Amino acid sequence: MARIIVVTSGKGGVGKTTTSASISTGLAKRGHKTVVIDFDVGLRNLDLIMNCERRVVYDFVNVIQGEASLNQALIRDKRVDTLYILPASQTREKEALTREGVEKVINELSETFDYIVCDSPAGIEHGALMALYYADEAIVVTNPEVSSVRDSDRILGILQSKSRRAEMGLDPVREHLLLTRYNPARVEKGEMLSVADVEEILAIPLLGVIPESQVVLNASNQGVPVILEAESDAGQAYDDAVARLLGEEREHRFMTAQKKGFFSRMFKGG
Amino acid sequence: MSETAPDLKQCFQLKSANVSMTALELYFYDETDFESTLRDKISQAPGFFRDIPLIISLEKYEGLTSELDFFKIIGSCRRHNIHVIGVRGGDDDQRRLARGASLALFPAGSQRNGPAPQADGPGQPATSTAEPEPVTVAETVSAATPARIISQPVRSGQQVYAPEGDLIILAPVQAGAEVLAAGNIHVYGPLRGRALAGIHGAESARVFCQSLEAELVSIAGHYKISEDLQDNGWKSAVQIQLRDDMLVVTPLDRA
Repeated sequence: MARIIVVTSGKGGVGKTTTSASISTGLAKRGHKTVVIDFDVGLRNLDLIMNCERRVVYDFVNVIQGEASLNQALIRDKRVDTLYILPASQTREKEALTREGVEKVINELSETFDYIVCDSPAGIEHGALMALYYADEAIVVTNPEVSSVRDSDRILGILQSKSRRAEMGLDPVREHLLLTRYNPARVEKGEMLSVADVEEILAIPLLGVIPESQVVLNASNQGVPVILEAESDAGQAYDDAVARLLGEEREHRFMTAQKKGFFSRMFKGG
Repeated sequence: MSETAPDLKQCFQLKSANVSMTALELYFYDETDFESTLRDKISQAPGFFRDIPLIISLEKYEGLTSELDFFKIIGSCRRHNIHVIGVRGGDDDQRRLARGASLALFPAGSQRNGPAPQADGPGQPATSTAEPEPVTVAETVSAATPARIISQPVRSGQQVYAPEGDLIILAPVQAGAEVLAAGNIHVYGPLRGRALAGIHGAESARVFCQSLEAELVSIAGHYKISEDLQDNGWKSAVQIQLRDDMLVVTPLDRA
């Protein structure tokens, strides 16, 4: 049985797709057969970040509607050969994701994959609900600012009440907090919430802290999951997060401002 | 709860009302059994039942739906000056029958055996006026209602409701969440959302919390919003109670 992980946030633009790309790549790099599904029907982005947009023939909705087989739609990553991408449809309606259809696809993927990473769209509407419904675990991506924290809190409530695990009275979805765009210097100046603030409000275990970095933007633009930028802070932070997801104990890094050479280190990987 | 400003142009205004009512928990229906049980109950306290409104609770009804005859039930009750006004719970067919007998439909009450009914979606606080209010069950054989205990955080958008007794929360109540109780509310964590105690009018109800950061606190319809709570006990452990129709915040260490 595959472990099904949803990457979600409620709020848009906090780094869900970047995180989905990096976490799935990180899991696959460690030898786990992993598929990442883009649930953002109509606003598909994952294929761009994974640099496979030119290889999309069929998509998630085609598979749900029986117009293509799963094997026809899955795109194999060129860098990590245990990684597959199931792109979203750019032209269909979100309602094309039916619960039965999604279940069918996830069950079929479960037979051959170790990890299924679901990249959720923003919001708490149908697409987001479908992305989290079958999840065993959730990575809640949060930026260190109040509105993002509030939306994460909202999505945590939905995970507890509207996921399959909640509806069937199974063990609850395991929740992980991933703090992205973290800028320790700005936290020290009081311009951002600190890790401790966010942890205190959301009260879920911390999976990782990804520092704000130009590398993330550059990597996205070039279609490289930032975790592959192994020299960069952000890449290493994602690698730590994947290790923790797999049960490894790793100390949290990149949480304090570097006094010297901070920017040079940030740009080195980019 | 009078939170809407009166509009003088209107002929009337809808207000939410909290009325204590008696529920008749029906297990099965047989006309003669019903009649004799009813007579028996009334003989124990004739004054109590005179002209009272009554709700038929179908949550524990185990008989056949086809055996339900609301017209006969209404008739039996009417003969004893009891006014059946509606049904609570029941399945679709039962509710259709009830509607056919011109009875009001109330949502199912607390599910004592089921999982915690945590409503998701925007809270329907007692401030929205035309909502049917959940019914307090003044069960004739009343045992002390156990408190409802919640150990998970109450998240933004969630609503937790203790319709009969106290509500105890061993976790934070987040901004955008709402907790309601007929009795007291205890929050062993920060109270960042809304807390409404004594929602059926119990003026002796209190709210206790480890850290007062609430958006709104209400006791028996008397409320204060965040802005008015800042000056006293903000972000500290307090209790809030009603004295002379005013909400009074007292630090717990000086209580």
